[in-house]
Amino acid sequence: MATAATTASPATGALAANPALLLRGLRKAFVDVVAVDGLNLEVARGECFGLLGPNGAGKTTTIEICEGLTTADSGTVELLGLDWRRGEAELRQRIGIQLQETQFPDKLTVEETIRLFRSFFHRGIDVEEIIKSAELEEKRKSRVVGLSGGQKQRLAMACALVGNPELLFLDEPTTGLDPQARRHLWDLVDELKKAGRTIILTTHYMDEAERLCDRVGIMDHGKIIALGTPAELISSVGGEHIVEFALSGSPTFDPATLLVIPGIQSHRIDAGLHQLAVSELHTAVPLIFTKLAENGWHLSEFRTHSATLEDVFVSLTGRNLRDA
Amino acid sequence: MPKPKPSSSVLTGPAASSLLQLTTTRFRLFLREPEAIFWIFVFPIILAIGLGLAFRNKPADVYQVGATTPHLAKSLNTDRVLSAKVIDEPTGIHQLATGDILVLAIASPSGVTYKYDDTNPDARTARLLADRAVQTAAGRREAVHADDNLVHETGARYIDFVVPGLLGMNLMSSAIWGLGFAIVEARQKKLLKRLVASPMPKWQYLASFVLSRLVMLVIEVTIFLGFARIAFGVPFRGPIWQLAFLCVLTSLAFCSLGLLVAARAKTMEAASGLMNLVMLPMWILSGVFFSATRFPAVIQPFVRALPLTAAIDSLRSNMLQGLTLSQMRLPVSVLLAWLIIPFFLALKIFRWR
Repeated sequence: MATAATTASPATGALAANPALLLRGLRKAFVDVVAVDGLNLEVARGECFGLLGPNGAGKTTTIEICEGLTTADSGTVELLGLDWRRGEAELRQRIGIQLQETQFPDKLTVEETIRLFRSFFHRGIDVEEIIKSAELEEKRKSRVVGLSGGQKQRLAMACALVGNPELLFLDEPTTGLDPQARRHLWDLVDELKKAGRTIILTTHYMDEAERLCDRVGIMDHGKIIALGTPAELISSVGGEHIVEFALSGSPTFDPATLLVIPGIQSHRIDAGLHQLAVSELHTAVPLIFTKLAENGWHLSEFRTHSATLEDVFVSLTGRNLRDA
Repeated sequence: MPKPKPSSSVLTGPAASSLLQLTTTRFRLFLREPEAIFWIFVFPIILAIGLGLAFRNKPADVYQVGATTPHLAKSLNTDRVLSAKVIDEPTGIHQLATGDILVLAIASPSGVTYKYDDTNPDARTARLLADRAVQTAAGRREAVHADDNLVHETGARYIDFVVPGLLGMNLMSSAIWGLGFAIVEARQKKLLKRLVASPMPKWQYLASFVLSRLVMLVIEVTIFLGFARIAFGVPFRGPIWQLAFLCVLTSLAFCSLGLLVAARAKTMEAASGLMNLVMLPMWILSGVFFSATRFPAVIQPFVRALPLTAAIDSLRSNMLQGLTLSQMRLPVSVLLAWLIIPFFLALKIFRWR
């Protein structure tokens, strides 16, 4: 399945003309590891693109090269038709950046922090307006030290947005937030998408990528191993559904017995749990039960779920995103 | 192609100057740090009060002396600066040892013997006075008539000496701590990285520190010197604008050194170790509390090359001796060198991430 998605072809024909982001043959090695290994990518204007991958996959290095904070060893980076060498001053005015783990000064208030960042941009959004859209009105006079994790993240988002950026980078925007704060931030990103901004985000949460991104690139070991819309990627697994079951005892199980059933695309074992990728759940499941019974295999567990990007990652790498 | 035009957003043009915003931010952060205010504004005054009390000028000292006979004691007491009591020789020797008396005058068949410690300047003075009193009482007449005309000069007291020293030390610590800590903290918290990811001109970030330091300097120096003037009558003999210039130059030189110290350190611990390493030799060698000339000649070139020595020398030359800048070319050049060299070195090696 991996081969179908490895070539970084644009999802739509229109974006080839003047993409928001263009990466060609990007490579970056550190002393002990090759963080980015020959990466190609195009992101169209107005698109919300997600780089999904486990920790250490090279997402942050990639996004920091795009942001002009790290220089690549080789390869081309073009943002909005400009590159960092020639167009740094202009690019800084036109993009917005939210970094992982920035701590704003504790003793500055929300409003003062946003005002400071606003002053760096020639043109931008009114401070009042940005406080409102980040839903920080009640906290405007509060010092940063007293904010919750979600509020701090919304402040970081506000500082990334004050320049009214055409292109917005969000590096792990919801890492470490509780579920409610995450959903709150997702709503904020939805608003930005509606406003037509190009957004590039990294995440290691597949639900976040599925929820927010028009297109997703799955990264592992410095390479994009799959690229497409969440739906495309999920269907690339071969089935929209995943059946998971475990057998009692330790019978000699032959997957070939089940793979003959129409609609079952693939089989793999993860930690003693059998996983089947299934496209026709309603016809396949009764047949699975029949086959198992015919062979005298007894189920100790059985469940199904819709395939997710997690399943895509598992089928591509054989590892789970969480513990990869 | 779709241009992001958020429907509800109010778009505005250039906001307030970023340099002004950055400088204001520095002020806010400083004023919200009560400890910093104490160390920079209050501590030097407390120190000056303490030293002023300890070294305040007393009326001319009366020297305690001993005499073995009443006649001798009577002769000694004719000098108002001497206070003599009659004691026997063993007690007198004991009191000499404990410092209760400075000189013991022992009557002997041939005249008088003075017992005293000649390494103690007070004892030597008392010995001279005692002998004069004894000789006068015995009938010696002055060969040359002499009159005393007393002056009590401000500017020669210890407090006059130590105020420029404290001023220099304060200018050093506020600049080095102020810049060093703030910059390294911002680096440690990845705020520096966030700032360079924005369109902020990097020079403005550094300039905001210098600007806020200069404004703070006016407040800090005015309070401290004003206090020294009113409470102790410390003199200002040189041109005031030159004193102001020296304070600014000193502060800038130490800002530059602070910038260098903070140029690469990644943690507060590393930074604080470095700052102490830089400042400790100057606390000891640069003549804050006593003259730096007391150190051996071999290390004098090193002592003279320290920025704090140069700062304090020139502040003293201005305030106490009333010298002008043209008469203190050497310390001023040393300060200029400390301003320029560390600044460019710091810019070259500065770590923004």
